Amino acid sequence: MSKAENKTVSEAAEATNLKTGAQILVDCLEREGVTHFFGIPGGACLPIYDALYGSKIQVVLTRHEQGGTHMADGYARSTGRVGVCLGTSGPGATNLVTGLLTAHMDSIPLVAITGQVASHLIGNDAFQEADATGVMRPVTKHNYMVKDVRDLARTVREAFYIAQTGRPGPVHIDIPVDIQKAKIAYTWPEKISVRSYKPKAEAKPSQIDEAIELINQAKKPLLYVGGGSVLSGASAELLKLAEKADIPVVHTLMANGAFPFDHPNYVGILGMHGKYSANTAMQKCDLLISAGARFDDRVTGTVSTFSRQSKKIHIDIDPANIGKTVPVDCAVVGDVKSVVTELAKRVKAAKHPEWRAEVKGWEEKHPLAIKEGSKTLQPQFVIQELHRLTKGEAIVATGVGQHQMWTMQFYQCRSPKNFLTSGGLGTMGFGFPAALGAKFANPDRTVVCIDGDGSFQMTMPELATSVHEGKKVIVIVINNYFLGMVRQWQELFYKERYSGSNLTTKGSDIERAGDFKVGDFDYIPSFPKIFEAYGLKSRRIFKNEEVEGAIKEALASDKSFLIEAMISPEEKVFPMIPAGAGLDDIIVDMA
Amino acid sequence: MPDNIGRHTISVLVENRFGVLARISGLFSARGYNIDSLSVGTTDDPEISRMTIVVRGDQRILEQVVKQLNKLIDIIKVTDYEQTPHLERDLVLVKVTADKSSRSELIQICDIFRAKIVDVAVDSIIIEMTGDEEKIEALLRMLRPFGVKETCRTGIVAMARGAKGISVAEIEKVMA
Repeated sequence: MSKAENKTVSEAAEATNLKTGAQILVDCLEREGVTHFFGIPGGACLPIYDALYGSKIQVVLTRHEQGGTHMADGYARSTGRVGVCLGTSGPGATNLVTGLLTAHMDSIPLVAITGQVASHLIGNDAFQEADATGVMRPVTKHNYMVKDVRDLARTVREAFYIAQTGRPGPVHIDIPVDIQKAKIAYTWPEKISVRSYKPKAEAKPSQIDEAIELINQAKKPLLYVGGGSVLSGASAELLKLAEKADIPVVHTLMANGAFPFDHPNYVGILGMHGKYSANTAMQKCDLLISAGARFDDRVTGTVSTFSRQSKKIHIDIDPANIGKTVPVDCAVVGDVKSVVTELAKRVKAAKHPEWRAEVKGWEEKHPLAIKEGSKTLQPQFVIQELHRLTKGEAIVATGVGQHQMWTMQFYQCRSPKNFLTSGGLGTMGFGFPAALGAKFANPDRTVVCIDGDGSFQMTMPELATSVHEGKKVIVIVINNYFLGMVRQWQELFYKERYSGSNLTTKGSDIERAGDFKVGDFDYIPSFPKIFEAYGLKSRRIFKNEEVEGAIKEALASDKSFLIEAMISPEEKVFPMIPAGAGLDDIIVDMA
Repeated sequence: MPDNIGRHTISVLVENRFGVLARISGLFSARGYNIDSLSVGTTDDPEISRMTIVVRGDQRILEQVVKQLNKLIDIIKVTDYEQTPHLERDLVLVKVTADKSSRSELIQICDIFRAKIVDVAVDSIIIEMTGDEEKIEALLRMLRPFGVKETCRTGIVAMARGAKGISVAEIEKVMA
């Protein structure tokens, strides 16, 4: 209830025992268990902000609506609960697009609310008008425009239900400002049912039987674990299955933390920048069990040469994922946790010592290791040290680029829901606001954002949100003066023509390692000075020996803290499977 | 035509709400697919509409589109008639140049096609005919020499042969 001292629309409604649309919305959000609300007010959503005033929900003022979407996303990824974000009409709505598609591609449950111009103005090119439902349609799981205040409560209830059931995803609700002000007597709908949407968690028994048969017959089974395992909370069940049937485990970027990294069955990360052992195991196994993964093109490489001799079981809650890129022998449509529970219970216990030894051989042949004797600071070393000093127990968010891949390789999370990264859409700038969102949900945890100098600049203004709200995030900017991943591709595939990827003011002067002298260049902006402007401290480091001290200082700080790790622009991410190549063409390292 | 390109007639039962058509057409347009024919009308339940979509394209991509159609929240049931014996009907209105000298020949053609003349003017007539695509194409071929001034088609509607029906009552039984 509003506790505003001046008589507002909300209060006027209260006096008559009726509720405004905005009050109904806030009441519905509270009943759904919403704790935080990330967004920016504007003309077309002021009644909502008025109704939020004094509510139990913490209103977080972000500095850009995109930041709000990623905060809601980080909140959702780190808790499994629905994140809520808001923008006003027009630009407020269009600024949500990237964040909503980011969540949609990674199946993250969000509810996004936008104000809309008054009903009678819709379609008139009114001030701050955008066709929000038209814009949001392809970037959300579902979306609504509320045209009658009597539909509002049911719509909000449906939105939360749809966002978090089946294959989760973002749902958008557009609410014209007159609907926010309209008053009705209202009761909260306890139960809802959507006639055309009945997601089922349990798979068909015949599909499970078939999968069990295949697992029992396999000599070289491999578990390929994806983000769906994190979303469904299937870690304990996957562990049981892997142990009982003695199956080695590889995982995607999205499933960092889903399987214990120090377990003997753990092989590791696969895909374009994954481990030699994991990718080779994909190619050589005779049974590939996909658990909540979707055979993304960054995992399969060229489909025609992908894991040709294996039979494939595909466990996925979304039937549209099955057979989409790779034909499968056994489709199991259902929630990963529910399916794997059954599999673990019913498969025969087995041992595959020869297969396990083979995988181990690949691991020993090309382990993921940091090169010794480097004179410059190594990004992998920074991340490895962070892992050591936080015991793998921090919540880690990343932007998109080289630093993301190094983090994936060297920060294996102790538990699921702790690795926040934009896997599907690859949204630069995701990291910092996502980390902040996670900090709101997990105030007692250590939250770290590992970012690139290019990626971080995309959502840097949210530093103000961090300071304003007193939420600490450790930021490690891996600064290589370039859009590093772009530069890596230009170096390897575009004859070292570094077009549009240099972030310094010196242009081509520092394109080569020979020209590169740490500290001897003009980099705009100075990240430490940026942090200083927000009242935050920082450490700029140049050598491996400085890493431990810097991380310890950051961990001890009571506010957000920057470690700027100055690395050579020549640092590259390996292994690498070039775009358009198959998993057998993996480049382990450049001589 | 390459082997994997096929013509699909897809029937979709949807909630009768604004935005549903845009959701459906978006799945085709996002893949650069043109819809050859589309017809929409309510069913015996006014809350539910039925759409019939005819589209040509790569088998795998269309399979994916059908799966994505099934995922849309407002969609109740999707049926691809490609493998099912079914009827297709399209209604066409054709305005043809017709004067004293050609009118009787046009009437004969209409008789053969079981088409109706629904409007007559001094120098033109409007012909109405129902049939599948081939029959309509055949009629138009016959009429072109007379001078086709205008055509308008409703788009194809389709229904499977046999006793099995698509209705919300039956679907709700299955989904419950």
